Amino acid sequence: MQEALLSREQQVWEKLQLVTDPEITSVNLIEMGMVEKVIVEGNQVEVQLIPTYIGCPALNMMEEDVIEAVSQVQGVDEVKVSFLRTPIWTSDRITAEGREKLKEFGIAPPPLIPKQEGIWEIECPYCNSPKTVMNNIFGPTACRSIFYCNSCKNPFEAIKPV
Amino acid sequence: MTKSYQTPEEAKQDQAYLEVLAELIYQLADDDLFISHRGSEWLGLAPHIEEDVAFSSITQDTMGHAAMYYQMLEELGFGKANDIAHLRKPEEYRNALLTERPNGKGHYKEDPDYDWGYAIIRNYAYEVFKKARLDSLEKSSYVPLAQTAQKIKREQFYHLYHWEVWIDQLAHSTEEAQNRLNAAIKKTWEDLESLFDLGAKGEAMVQLGLIESGDALKQSFINRFQAKIEGAGLEWPGTFVPLENSGREGKHTPEFLAALNELNEVYKLDPQANW
Repeated sequence: MQEALLSREQQVWEKLQLVTDPEITSVNLIEMGMVEKVIVEGNQVEVQLIPTYIGCPALNMMEEDVIEAVSQVQGVDEVKVSFLRTPIWTSDRITAEGREKLKEFGIAPPPLIPKQEGIWEIECPYCNSPKTVMNNIFGPTACRSIFYCNSCKNPFEAIKPV
Repeated sequence: MTKSYQTPEEAKQDQAYLEVLAELIYQLADDDLFISHRGSEWLGLAPHIEEDVAFSSITQDTMGHAAMYYQMLEELGFGKANDIAHLRKPEEYRNALLTERPNGKGHYKEDPDYDWGYAIIRNYAYEVFKKARLDSLEKSSYVPLAQTAQKIKREQFYHLYHWEVWIDQLAHSTEEAQNRLNAAIKKTWEDLESLFDLGAKGEAMVQLGLIESGDALKQSFINRFQAKIEGAGLEWPGTFVPLENSGREGKHTPEFLAALNELNEVYKLDPQANW
């Protein structure tokens, strides 16, 4: 009997796979390395998230999306989202799957070893060429920079190493 | 070894500690709030589009840092974060005067005659100071503050770097650029002391292990700022100008009130609204 049913916590994790960053809709929050813990107590669920950038305006939307998704789990009456102060989000928290999906979205994943330097090198997410140049450390969202590929002549964005 | 406090609940048990801690967080929050308000007035006016993207991104990050500090005050029982940010009386704001100075003549909506040289130097000075302060806060006796500092530093790295790129490039371009940067350094110098001022509770902050002294922060500031300025062939002004008024005591510049009113305008229309 028991093995046929997923535990409530597992069901919550499954729902969380459907919640994406509204600014990068191909990658879910788990792949972004933003979900630290799920705590189930009876009918109440707490989802602990790690914010990427403090001023990221998408955080409130993600909170609402998590509440909506997790509320669909049968028997869950109350969903609470808390943002943790620690651990801090670093770009190496993005999972291997998340890195691949970022590339599909046209965003280069951050360097595997997140050293903070003014300018860093990254391969083009379209053609994998290393012949790229940074145009702007700052991009359309807090977590992204703008690059240009000299091989395939595409502009692209990259996740900033933090 | 000073006692450390792991949670807001723990800090709230110790009234004397709580008061000094709150005073420090007001300074941190209000500094970031005002420097980013001034930054927001540059939106659409920066020298080129890449800079507009960069500067507004820095401003957004910094406004986020302010919001995080206001959130900490809420956790400590000082009211709702948004109310703390928007509904205090002018004399209750604790920001350093350097952070509130106008960007230049005019208004962003009408005939803005802003000084890009001043934007570079004022923001660079603030970020060098902010870095020194965050380094110090990482060892703070209030653990949530130490954790927050660690987080902010990873974002702030890029802000600091950004202004250094501007200084390096302009200082090695034309004579006009050098003259403008030197003039901006002189202007920034008039308010520089306001950053290292910890206010009337400053000594208590140091004793309680919340932060290092203003003198220690100043030394870290000088080490980095002087090397950058002199390395770029610009003029290091040397001695600092003594403070006339302390923003940490709620004494602000004549332009402060207009900026505050503009910042609060929308929120005050309906403080109960959901955002």
